[in-house]
Amino acid sequence: MTATASSAATSEVQDDRPYLEVDDLRVQFKTEDGIVRAVDGISFKLERGRTLGIVGESGSGKSVTSLTVLGLHNMARTRVTGSVRVNGREIVGLDEEKVRRMRGRDMAMIFQDPLSALHPYYTIGRQIAEAYLVHHPGQKAKAKRRAIEMLDRVGIPQPQRRYDSYPHEFSGGMRQRAMIAMALVNDPSLLIADEPTTALDVTVQAQILDLLDDLQREFNSAIIMITHDLGVVSRVANDVMVMYGGHAIEFGSVDQVLTEPQHPYTWGLLQSVPSLRGNAEDDLDPIPGSPPSLINLPSGCAFHPRCAYRMIGGGPCDLEVPELLPTAQEGHVVACHLPENERRRIFAEEIKLGAE
Amino acid sequence: MSEQTFEPGSQAAPTAVAPRSSSPLLTVEGLAKHFPVKQGAFGTKALVRAVDGVDFSVDRGETLGLVGESGCGKTTTGRMVVKLLEATAGKIVFEGRDITRFNRSQMRALRHDLQIIFQDPYSSLNPRHTVGKIVAMPLQVNGINPPGGVKKRVQELLETVGLNPEHYNRYPHEFSGGQRQRIGIARALALRPKLIVADEPVSALDVSIQAQVINLLRDLQREFDLAFVFIAHDLAVVRHFCQRIGVMYLGKMVEIGDRHQIYEEPAHPYTRALLSAVPDVTKIGEKGRERIRLEGDVPTPLNPPSGCRFRTRCWKAQPKCAEVEPPLLQIGTGQQVACHFPETGPIA
Amino acid sequence: MARYLIRRILLAVLTMFAVSIVTFLLFFAVPTSPAYVMCGKQCDAHAIAQTEHRLGLDEPTYVQYGQFMKGMVAGRTYGTGDLAVKCPAPCLGFSFRTNEPVTDIIKRTVPVTVSIVVGALVIQTVLGVGLGMISALKRGSVFDKTAVGVSLVGASMQIYFFGPILLLIFVYSLHVLPNPGYTSPFDNPGQWFTQLLLPWATLGFLNSAIYARLSRAQMLETLSEDFVRTARAKGLPKRKVYARHALRAAITPIVTIAGLDLGGALGGAVITETVFGVNGLGRTAVQAVNDLNLPVVMGTVLLAAFFIIVMNIIVDVLYSVIDPRVRLG
Ligand SMILES: Nc1ncnc2c1ncn2[C@@H]1O[C@H](COP(=O)(O)OP(=O)(O)OP(=O)(O)O)[C@@H](O)[C@H]1O
Ligand SMILES: Nc1ncnc2c1ncn2[C@@H]1O[C@H](COP(=O)(O)OP(=O)(O)O)[C@@H](O)[C@H]1O
Ligand code: SF4
Ligand code: SF4
Ligand SMILES: [Mg+2]
Ligand SMILES: [Mg+2]
Repeated sequence: MTATASSAATSEVQDDRPYLEVDDLRVQFKTEDGIVRAVDGISFKLERGRTLGIVGESGSGKSVTSLTVLGLHNMARTRVTGSVRVNGREIVGLDEEKVRRMRGRDMAMIFQDPLSALHPYYTIGRQIAEAYLVHHPGQKAKAKRRAIEMLDRVGIPQPQRRYDSYPHEFSGGMRQRAMIAMALVNDPSLLIADEPTTALDVTVQAQILDLLDDLQREFNSAIIMITHDLGVVSRVANDVMVMYGGHAIEFGSVDQVLTEPQHPYTWGLLQSVPSLRGNAEDDLDPIPGSPPSLINLPSGCAFHPRCAYRMIGGGPCDLEVPELLPTAQEGHVVACHLPENERRRIFAEEIKLGAE
Repeated sequence: MSEQTFEPGSQAAPTAVAPRSSSPLLTVEGLAKHFPVKQGAFGTKALVRAVDGVDFSVDRGETLGLVGESGCGKTTTGRMVVKLLEATAGKIVFEGRDITRFNRSQMRALRHDLQIIFQDPYSSLNPRHTVGKIVAMPLQVNGINPPGGVKKRVQELLETVGLNPEHYNRYPHEFSGGQRQRIGIARALALRPKLIVADEPVSALDVSIQAQVINLLRDLQREFDLAFVFIAHDLAVVRHFCQRIGVMYLGKMVEIGDRHQIYEEPAHPYTRALLSAVPDVTKIGEKGRERIRLEGDVPTPLNPPSGCRFRTRCWKAQPKCAEVEPPLLQIGTGQQVACHFPETGPIA
Repeated sequence: MARYLIRRILLAVLTMFAVSIVTFLLFFAVPTSPAYVMCGKQCDAHAIAQTEHRLGLDEPTYVQYGQFMKGMVAGRTYGTGDLAVKCPAPCLGFSFRTNEPVTDIIKRTVPVTVSIVVGALVIQTVLGVGLGMISALKRGSVFDKTAVGVSLVGASMQIYFFGPILLLIFVYSLHVLPNPGYTSPFDNPGQWFTQLLLPWATLGFLNSAIYARLSRAQMLETLSEDFVRTARAKGLPKRKVYARHALRAAITPIVTIAGLDLGGALGGAVITETVFGVNGLGRTAVQAVNDLNLPVVMGTVLLAAFFIIVMNIIVDVLYSVIDPRVRLG
């Protein structure tokens, strides 16, 4: 079964298909050291008006997943299989020219570091107008007007004047606003934000997250929020997918995954983050070891060398890859060999989260 | 005007900063660093007031956290304390000695007691040296020959920070980010310092690794009775590691207090805004909760606002805030705040 | 900007001044007297002393230097009475060997060197940068591998090896090209072109190997930049991503290097001129050093320094025009 993000259907959905459907997506890179299985069988759906949070440590395949949705990999050295449907249209294997026409118009992207993601030699305004012009050729004057309008919309003061500024003349927060303006200039229905606030201060992060909230409400777009910060996910996402070693290991609504998680890795993540509440004198409970190499993933459950609950020595954990299976709760899926009642018991009895 | 300053119920009366009774390990008074820069088409000289008059002290075995937005002067302060940067003004007193104008050779003796850990676990280790050499460096530079020999001591250190002593002959690139940060910590520990300045030591690490390193630092702090100046922008990490916390804004210390004071009953509007902005997993389900939304960005330290520097973003700002710079005053035991109209009571 | 330029120009004058002093000192550190070189075998001590007196070489070094500077600024008169020869400013003196005014020698040789160097520069930027960029865009293809191989060979080849081979083939065996030399393009453009074709091709080809490698590396680095990915994510066609976003960023450092190369080469393409027997600045300078011909040495050295300094300033200004982050000040 695939993880589905389908509760409270939004008002303006034309047909009943989710805007984005990813099915058994696999992405492999050929490198000198061997084949990197960066994404290994991921499935999810996302409707307009909803936000999917993808969390995981660095190298777990978050960015690769998002770049695949935009068809941005260098196909000479990348193997993509499975299916990615945007608005019903298959992206995998689609002609480059056709994907290109969809980029920026149907799906757009915001990157982590807005300073390096903007071209240092061109003005902010010109770069936004360019994004509009690609899909509206010839309408130069309109593009400029639209760029100024978007700058205004994302909260850049004096947008008329700031149109002619260069990226280095903006602060980090303003640059990220400009990136958002650029991504939204063509009213895309799907917005992928890859760690959009990681490089920003908390105060500015809060502003950017608020802005994305507002814009989502206004344009009814689907958002994928990629981050390693569970706090950010808890604040913006409707659904959460947890990734480990190129696999999705848990998927569900934000409440299911963050307050009743069933996967040992998710427990580990939640126990690792220090919180603003709870007893600060308690030691953190980190996951031992470090994330695996994607060239040489551990056998069976990729998490088993770090898992405190693994069953090995005849047990399945080091032999069989656990499948993502449904739980008793609608929409909550988990990939772990432990029986569900056992997982529930462990979580209730042994796992302390910062909130308790 | 002063009657506005405190709520009637408040017990504490504002007093000037009093020196603390037991003599602290480190005292910093009026510390400032101004960087001269050239500006504009004509290259007119201007001053970046990176740190502009900061006071704080750290007791033996105490951890002081420094938090604040990017560019507020945390790193600059830390580097001045370990004398990697010369202070423009102010005084740094370590164990009762004024070290502000210490020269190179005087500093060498002090290096035993005063160490620094850097943020970037990749660029702070020399890629051409083995781990053994890196950790042994402070011992050799200072001509120390510990009982049992340098190698034995280095291997002990590696073990202390949770690395395998057999890693002695390996090179930094063979280690992960978390392991490299452990190497940096082992190097800082080599001379058994009394105070370590740690500048964002866990910011570049993954959450699970970050937790491992924080636990390690906490263990070391207890075991060796180390004092820390711990610089970080992550407020939850600081809460976890530090007993006292200083909040900086645009080169100024705006509030200092212990963990409870800063996180439960902060008095400075800026501290409240910072805390309110942190997205916390434990706040889940409280989405409707009112947050303080700070508008705009931090002003440039080239030309900070008059009076209270926070006034351009403060929702409580009054005309007085633009005219008079609020001094850092004592409210309650150990809590100091620089605001004309401080908040009272616990966070909503 | 204006302030910046004034500062740079003042600095340049100072540098030229220093260069002239150092050259002068080095010249007098050589134990052999130019007078000895000039009169050759039948010289006796008296003749040498006379020559030295005529050339002013018997004066203390600082006096000679003072006179040289005076000549530069205000002009100078050699000899007295009827034999007096006027040398108007900027006076660099007369060649010890031919008595020709040094300024005339420079006027004669500069166009030669400029012709060779600029011609080669055109070839090396068009060919080298072009190949490098295409290689980078088609990374891993047969074209790329061939280009990388050829440019590796080219970059390790030397002009004094490659030049004579070409001469042998095209001039002496096939007779398709005339012997290299210099004719003013204003007198006979056709001949100017055919005579310089060989030096251009040799220098240009060998340098283009270096430029190809450099451009390929620059372009590959730029292609992996985040802003290139952003441009693609906008839906820009590849052609525009490359031309508008990648190329502009990749070309900046190449412009810098080309500018500095040009400055250095204008001071004299010594080896090329020697290999092809063309009398440009470089060859003249080397000969003057061999002959201890002080005025010519001073003239050519100062000119070379001038070219290098001017190109440095031009490159810096150009850089600030291309890259808005660079502020001159
Ligand atoms: N060498 C320098 N020359 C000029 N300005 C400088 C220099 N070093 C730092 N600054 C400026 O001083 C201010 C404080 O810098 P500092 O690095 O201490 O900030 P920080 O609080 O550590 O920030 P972050 O959280 O980003 O590390 C900044 O405005 C910075 O731009
Ligand atoms: N172009 C590429 N070639 C080879 N390996 C890649 C490439 N892009 C990403 N990878 C690898 O794929 C894995 C997943 O990367 P990524 O999705 O960027 O992780 P993250 O979850 O941190 O965003 C990493 O091991 C990374 O090194
Ligand atoms: S499958 Fe086994 S090793 Fe993997 S998370 Fe579950 S219990 Fe742990
Ligand atoms: S002094 Fe005024 S402006 Fe500054 S923080 Fe206090 S109330 Fe706000
Ligand atoms: Mg990533
Ligand atoms: Mg810093």
